[in-house]
Amino acid sequence: MLVYLIRRLGQSLLVIAVMATLVFVAMFAVGDPVDILASPDADQRERDAIAKRLGLDRPLWEQFGLFVWRALHGDLGRSFVYNVPAVDVILQRLPATLELALTGLVFSIAIGIPLGVLAGLKPYSRLGRGIMSGSILGFSLPNFWIGLMLILLFAVELRLLPAGGRGPVVSVLGIPTAAFSLEGLKHLILPALTLALYKSALVIRIAQAGTREVMLQDYIRFARAKGLSRQRIIFVHVLKNIMIPVVTVLGLELGSMIAFAVVTETVFAYPGMGKLLIDSINRLDRPVIVAYLMMTVVIFVIINLIVDLLYAAIDPRVRLAEAKG
Amino acid sequence: MKRLCLIGLAGLLPLAFSAPASAQELKIGLASEPTSMDPHFHNLGPNNAMRRHIFEGLVAQDAEQKVQPELAASWRALDDTTWEFKLRPGVKFSNGIEFSAKDVIYTICRVPTVENSPSSFTFAVRNFTSVEAPDPQTVVIKTGTPLPLVPNNLATIGILSAQANGGENVKYRAGGCEGLGTPPKSADFNDPAKAIGTGPYKLANYTRGTSIILERNESYRGRAPHWAKVTFRPMSSQGARVAGLLAGDVDFIENPPIQDFERIKNAGFQIAEGLSNRIIYIHLDQFQDPNWKTPGVKGTDKNPFLDKRVREAVSKAINRQAIVDRIMGGHAKAAGELLPYPLFGATKDFPIEKYDPEAAKKLLAEAGYPNGFEVTLGSPNDRYINDEKIAQAVAQMLTRVGIKTNVDAMTASTFFTRRNKFEFSMYLAGWGADSGEMSNSMNSLVVTLQPDKGLGPTNRGRYSNKRVDELVVKAMATVDDAARERLLQEASKLAMSDYGIIPLHFEVTPWAFKKGLSYRPRVDQYTLATEITQVGS
Repeated sequence: MLVYLIRRLGQSLLVIAVMATLVFVAMFAVGDPVDILASPDADQRERDAIAKRLGLDRPLWEQFGLFVWRALHGDLGRSFVYNVPAVDVILQRLPATLELALTGLVFSIAIGIPLGVLAGLKPYSRLGRGIMSGSILGFSLPNFWIGLMLILLFAVELRLLPAGGRGPVVSVLGIPTAAFSLEGLKHLILPALTLALYKSALVIRIAQAGTREVMLQDYIRFARAKGLSRQRIIFVHVLKNIMIPVVTVLGLELGSMIAFAVVTETVFAYPGMGKLLIDSINRLDRPVIVAYLMMTVVIFVIINLIVDLLYAAIDPRVRLAEAKG
Repeated sequence: MKRLCLIGLAGLLPLAFSAPASAQELKIGLASEPTSMDPHFHNLGPNNAMRRHIFEGLVAQDAEQKVQPELAASWRALDDTTWEFKLRPGVKFSNGIEFSAKDVIYTICRVPTVENSPSSFTFAVRNFTSVEAPDPQTVVIKTGTPLPLVPNNLATIGILSAQANGGENVKYRAGGCEGLGTPPKSADFNDPAKAIGTGPYKLANYTRGTSIILERNESYRGRAPHWAKVTFRPMSSQGARVAGLLAGDVDFIENPPIQDFERIKNAGFQIAEGLSNRIIYIHLDQFQDPNWKTPGVKGTDKNPFLDKRVREAVSKAINRQAIVDRIMGGHAKAAGELLPYPLFGATKDFPIEKYDPEAAKKLLAEAGYPNGFEVTLGSPNDRYINDEKIAQAVAQMLTRVGIKTNVDAMTASTFFTRRNKFEFSMYLAGWGADSGEMSNSMNSLVVTLQPDKGLGPTNRGRYSNKRVDELVVKAMATVDDAARERLLQEASKLAMSDYGIIPLHFEVTPWAFKKGLSYRPRVDQYTLATEITQVGS
């Protein structure tokens, strides 16, 4: 297990290094931040002064070298726009995004697994077919459209839920969060549902396929023959066996929900990290973009690691194989 | 009607989901968020508008960008290089400290010390040779050269308290003040306890990306503002902003998109719109260096835009009224010069070029292009209202008279970088005159580009006309308002008749808000909570 972990970490570091180089060089090619930051009537003297202040007057290799050196010391640079460390700008948005992603995850599990299992148990019934064709909608409708429709229905017409933004923030265990108040939850429902719809369609399909496969296995027949109740068969034997692919997919999707909920966050004016990325790209706030993408890589690496560990927890075969290897 | 019923019911029934807002509270959806609460960090519209709630200036610009007294009750030029500001007596900062001339000196000293400023305010205090306080109610500023815009420039500077920042013993010295202490860092101002100004509001909470909450400053010198609490929420996406307004999340939004006006009005909301100081224009590459080959022109070896007749043909080929009516939905105003009347230096009823494609064709033939030529029109596609659509329309109009025009539209960050490297023979862009007067527009866009002298910084068409330069440079050193205005009007007339730049139209700025509010549109596009009033209740 330890060797495996070390190998995985080594791979991850390589990924991070390659990513850093790619991102930094790509950002350099996009445009000159001074053109966006400077007041349009700034003269050349003022523009040169800005470039100097932000370190943009140096050649690419020097900027990159400085970036790497500082990054190794845990400093990913200061935001051009806010003049605070880029990591702080991003971390400040992290709780909001985590809230949204986790709520979305809960929604997609709560919607996806029961429906998927149901459809898997009765694949040829009207209900089963209905669920499966409904899930196609979840795949094919664009995210922003779903968001807009939800806003129109629940916020503009019915006025039940707010159209966007984040609820009042309170500090719970030192983490500023809006998920523990009624107002905060009301703000979360629509964006989380928008995020979850696609994922739950995914979960439905995986769970359905898994259930159909598992139901034909010998151990299920054996369990039936043994006279176990239907509930016990479904909740213990079926559910446990369909969870591995579900966990894999949700793990990866959680990563993308955290890092790239850009569209949803934009539609709902939700102050999360995805919104920050878009705003930073528009303002060419290079340090924030670079730091953001670096953190994204790190998040994906960590989630993958956790998913691997979860396999081991769910499936004894994995555990045994690791122990041997 | 259904909504009205619902609102009526909300008053009677304890609906579980409707949070009753207090009448004294106002929620505003901002199109773009200020980047800092430091009044001197970033010279940018959203920052400057927010600053005015908390930090007052010596003077301030009104809705037409005319300079009005604020912390200074009056001012005058003692001679061409000496300005005297008489301060209002009895003004207090929000923490109770009395305001005096010392604070003005401290502020002027602090502006150049701001670290990592992406766009600095130093332009406003540059070239001051001395700043003194003969008595606590008087500030005398001497400048190295005559600077008529000292009051306009100082209107952008929010006054800090010297005492609150540990600078009681400050002395102005050109090139670095004495006794400044440790000037505050930009991030310090994000803390309400440190954001001390004399303005009508105090900062109550600032959460970047989420909200900025202001509270009424009870010790404000003037009439107390109507709203006890104002919440600004950044909502940069247009759709989210409109939805937020329609859903009642916010009461007032900036910049609703033109295509949603009908919907907003039909839902029982109101729209206010007014002329802005932003001109949409076309610049033509007129660089006269013999070794320069203008990019993107095909069908001729020469640069056709060096010929005045070709520039005139371009201007005559464009149907400005059609662009205003069809592309802007009537929410713009065709332009003849670079600044709208009644702003300083603009001429009343300045003639607008008539659409005349036949004359344009004739001019092209006279200039030696009977079969026209081909050119690429560069344009941003996410910076100005309908920018790419305008560029497409212009391209079609030019193609019709024989100048085959291709549009190359791109995102603003790429566009401005390429534009500043002179990669376009013809480009469409916009200009907002921050100072609200003509010398800003003329110097930025028309005066010959001379980086070492700070002249013509955005004249990326590199138009150059000696007589125009002389007039503008002279105006920029003429302190007498009437004389300066005449010089600027003359310079503008000359540049326009020489077709040095092709003005298209002035943008109109819209605001949308719920019934019962009213807002007087501002030329500078600022949203000021102090000027959002409640009507009829």
